[in-house]
Parts: sequence; structure tokens; C-alpha cells
Amino acid sequence: MLGLNKKDTSLLIVVAILALAAPFLLNPFPTNSAMAQFNAGYPDLMQRFVIFGIFAIGFNILFGLTGYLSFGHAAFLGVGSYAAVWMFKLLSYNVVPAIALSVVVAGIFSVLIGYVSLRRSGIYFSILTLAFAQMSFALAYSVLSNPKFNLTNGETGLQVYADDPQILHRDGLPDVPHLFGWAMRDNFLELKLGGWEFTFNNGYYLCALIMLVVFYLSIRLFRSPFGLMLRAVKSNQNRLNYTGLNPKPYTLAAFIISGMYAGLAGGLLAAMDPLAGAERMQWTASGEVVLMTILGGAGTLIGPVLGAGFIKYFENIFSKINDNVLHQWFAFMPDGMEDFMVFIVHPFVGKGWHLTLGILFMLVVTFLPGGLVEGGQRLLNVIRNRGRKPADPKDPEHHPKETPHVAE
Amino acid sequence: MGILEVKGVNKRFGGLQALGDVNLSVAENTVHAIIGPNGAGKSTLLNCLVGKLIPDTGSVMFDGQSVLGRTPYEINQMGISRVFQTPEIFGDLTVFENMVIPAFAKRDGSFRMHAFESVLNEKEICERAEQLLEEVNMQDKIGMHSASLSRGDKRRLEMAMCLLQEPRLLLLDEPTAGMARADTNNTIDLLKEIKEQRDITICIIEHDMHVVFSLADRITVLAQGTPLVEDAPENIRGNPKVREAYLGEAA
Repeated sequence: MLGLNKKDTSLLIVVAILALAAPFLLNPFPTNSAMAQFNAGYPDLMQRFVIFGIFAIGFNILFGLTGYLSFGHAAFLGVGSYAAVWMFKLLSYNVVPAIALSVVVAGIFSVLIGYVSLRRSGIYFSILTLAFAQMSFALAYSVLSNPKFNLTNGETGLQVYADDPQILHRDGLPDVPHLFGWAMRDNFLELKLGGWEFTFNNGYYLCALIMLVVFYLSIRLFRSPFGLMLRAVKSNQNRLNYTGLNPKPYTLAAFIISGMYAGLAGGLLAAMDPLAGAERMQWTASGEVVLMTILGGAGTLIGPVLGAGFIKYFENIFSKINDNVLHQWFAFMPDGMEDFMVFIVHPFVGKGWHLTLGILFMLVVTFLPGGLVEGGQRLLNVIRNRGRKPADPKDPEHHPKETPHVAE
Repeated sequence: MGILEVKGVNKRFGGLQALGDVNLSVAENTVHAIIGPNGAGKSTLLNCLVGKLIPDTGSVMFDGQSVLGRTPYEINQMGISRVFQTPEIFGDLTVFENMVIPAFAKRDGSFRMHAFESVLNEKEICERAEQLLEEVNMQDKIGMHSASLSRGDKRRLEMAMCLLQEPRLLLLDEPTAGMARADTNNTIDLLKEIKEQRDITICIIEHDMHVVFSLADRITVLAQGTPLVEDAPENIRGNPKVREAYLGEAA
């Protein structure tokens, strides 16, 4: 279907079902239950899941396929957001021109940064991209925000004011980002079933549909000759050169594509909440997408989306658990014991959620170098092999020779 | 006029004269071997032919065109393929994927942005890859990870990748170095087949005299960066200058 083989089609269908049914799947607990704080099915967080999913899918095209580790991808995210907000300010609150421009501007930006950074590889490439991203951050934070020329509105962040031109704005259109009158922050359906509440948000479904489209494009890219060349770049550039292929345009194209994915994600962030701040470009944001991709499984199709969801879930859910919640959890214990347990758990939740994330990241990288995807595969293998006789131990390094080629 | 004409090539590395006034003419559809003791400049010469090094002076013409100043991928697109001393293959990819890449390079040139077609839908290219694998007797390893191949198979794979591009000149840098006797004989047989079945010129650098004398039509002996003799194999064997270069004055 759609030019994909059977396995990829089923993957796409599974992702589509997960994305479209997310308001149900992410709200497994009744609203008034003690577990409700683990629900993630509210619009704001669901939007983040898919937007950062897009960001990570794009990053994976560069890092997963070519092996070039960019530490500056947040710059493209930020540039995309600024471009989108400028469209809101100048044209109208319609998200279509905003998202289109954010992709284009991020693309142009990544041509410039990519052309310079890709002159080096390995750690030098990473440092160059990091330097560019920090320069962009500094520009956005202070340099490009002075009374004479205010492009980014500095610390406050770029936002839409009442006296902005908005030349295409007409009466009757909502005064918030909208898709031809369909406001992004509105919910088109709020469902109450027993103790459960499910919200279906316009913005989330726009993001989810775009995510499915770009996910489909990335599957096509992975299976294409172009994707194969990118993997060849990672594997052996020397051989690639002596096979008559020029690695440079391939890596640059991958860099630009992933920059455009990041710009799209930035544009969508602004479309959900029309505000662009410089902190979106900071190196921590660049590092986050690296974590997402590695945690999920670099070079795999679904890994980056899983990683993005995983990290965003922790960021939003674990950070909300404070001492009061902890005391409730351990209330069944004797007093001294309760305080002790709260004391132990406290550093790992609330503001300390990074600590939990760090430990999980170390565990995943140590025991599952292929990320969450590898974990899933191992689990599947265990389930499949249960009941069968144990398979021959396979050692890829010492593969038994099928035919003794020596005696030919 | 040979297909490859090297004229007056000099290359210095600091105080070391690696190549001194090298002249070499390789005739079309022959096997030309370059032999010489360690440090004779064989590899430096080869690197000058493929664009990895640029000679200080002199000219290198392939089929009437200069290769100097061109990058390795441009030279490859002109029709020169190279096999390395230690097999250079795409270790992370399968044998099949390894074979498909040169096929695309041959058809599409050094860069093409074909991000929406599927590799497996390119029937001609896939068939070509499979056919070449059959020719080198590796069809049963088509789905294997190429890093897990034996050394001899890696060499075959690399050779097949080069042949797929139908190069006019194939450069082999010690293709049997570090190989067992049986593997070496296999490689000789493979090269003989290639020589008989295709319109191809082969230029081979080799230490193993057994390989050289069973393949070469013409041999150039290099010593201390300069060609000592160039002659047919039967005349090289007894040449006193060659013995001296290899074994020293005492011989």
C-alpha cells in the first residue's frame, strides 16, 4: 500500500491507530482516581508528543542514517517557531502560511549551517553545529532584539500584539491560531464515559495528521536508494568515494531534510501556542532530541517517536509529583517509615525528574544499545520462542560458513 | 598509446623521494603488474592514479584525459575502479545492499536525489546485483551482513562491486595479501576469468610472485621510486637487475 511493503504498511497503520486513538489510550485512569495524575491524554501534552516526535523523526534521518551527530538541531526548531509567529503577526492567524514558511526558513538556515559544518565529520561536526546553535540562541536572545531592529523580541519572546498588521485577518475569524476558522486550541469533542473524560483537540489532530504524513515520508526515504546511500555514508565513506559517489551532497541533503523536519516541528509548536522564545534554541533542547533518538533507537523507523513520547511523558508527569503526592502514596506506612520513603523518592520526582530520566537513559544505553525498539524486539522474541525448543545460539561474529568456499 | 599513460611523475614526502620520474604505459585489455620490494613506491603510484595523492610533477592520462586534480569519485566515474589491500566494503550493510550501491552509481552518477523510489522496485539494478553475485559464486550469501563474511569472501564481494561498474581499468592493490594458499588460488582463478570474459584492463600491485607470473602480460619492476625494467614475465624472471633490487648486491 502507498508504495510500502507489507511490514512497513502495518507499521504505518499501527502508528496511525495509536496517534488517532491517543486521547483514549493516554487516559486509561478515571478522572477522579488516585492514578489520574499518570494520565497523559490532555491536549497540551499530546501535542508535544507528536510535535517532538516529528522533531526526532527528522533528527533520525541525519543521525540514524548518516551517523552525523548534530548538537544544534534546536536552532532549526527555534527558527521555525519565529518564522511562524512572524506570519501570524504579518498575515493572519491561519496556520497554513505559518507552517509553510517555518519549513522553508528552517530549510534555508540548514543549508547555511550544514554547508559549513559538513566540511568536518565526527566530533568536529558536532562541535560546529553546537557552536552555530549557541550563536543562533545568542542572536535571538539579545542581538536581534533592539529597538531599531526587533526580530525576536529577546527575553520576552516573540508574540502577536493587537497593533500588528495581520493584513489577511478578517472579522469572524478566531483571534487565536486557526486552520481556516478552526481554532487550534478548541476541542471538537469532549467525551464523558462513566468516570473517564476524553478530550479531542483540533490542534492535536492537525499535528497528528502531519506527523503521520512526515512519518510516511521518512519510511519512503529509509527504503529508497537515497536512504541506502546515507547508510553507506555511515558505513564506509572511503568505499563510497571509490565507488563513484560523492558523499557531500548526500550528507548535506540529509542535513537539510532533517532541518526542515525540525522547522516544521517549531512551526507547529508556535501554531499550538503563538509564542516563540529564544530558550527553544538552547543547547539543552538540542541535547534532548539526541536523547530521544538514542533512547528510542537511532536508525530505526519508530524509535525516535517512542523516545520523544517517553521523554515528554517523564518531563510532564514525573515533574508534577511533589512531596504531598508522595506522602499520600506512602500514607499506609508507619510515620517514620513514611518520611523515610518520601526522603528517598523525593530526589527522583518533581524537579528531580532529570535524575530518573538520566538513570533510565543509562540503563537503556547499557543493556539495550538499540534503544526501546531493541527492547521491544527482544520481548517479542521471548514470547515467540516460548514453548519452542531453544534456537541455536547465534554469534554474528563467528557465523558458520554455509559452503566451504576454499574447496571450490 | 596505452589506456593509462603515466609520464614523468615525481612525488616527494618531505625529504623522501617516493616517486622519481615514473613513466608507465598500460596497454588496453592487458594485465599489467607492478612489482617491487617494500618501499619501492608502488602504493604511492597507485594513489596518484586514483586521485588520493597529487604528484608534484608529471602527468597521468586515462583514455586521453588527465586524472590529475580530480577527486576519487570523479576518477571512478571515468572508468577506474580500485580494490584495496584490506577489503573496503560497507560492513553495516548486507551483501545485496553492497552490490546495489555501485549499480546506482553506474546508472545515476555521483549524486541523485531519489528519495521516493524503493530500492527493491528497481528491478534492473537488483537483477544486475544478483547476476554479478552469481558470477563470483556468492549468491548464497546475498542476505548476509557483509561484516560477517570471511576475508576471502569480502575480497570477492569488493571485486564484484568493482566489476558491476564495468570499469575500463581495474586497479588491484595486493589482492591476495594475507590470504591462505587456497584463497589465493581462488582469487587467481577469478581474475583469470575476469580477464578472459571482459574487455578490461587490469593493473595489479602484488608481492606474491606466483600470482604475478600466473596473471601478468607485462611487468614493471619498481625500485626506490623509479621503474627499473618493464618487460614480459618470462624475461623478468632471469633479469639480473631485478634480482639485485630484490635480494641486494650479494645476489
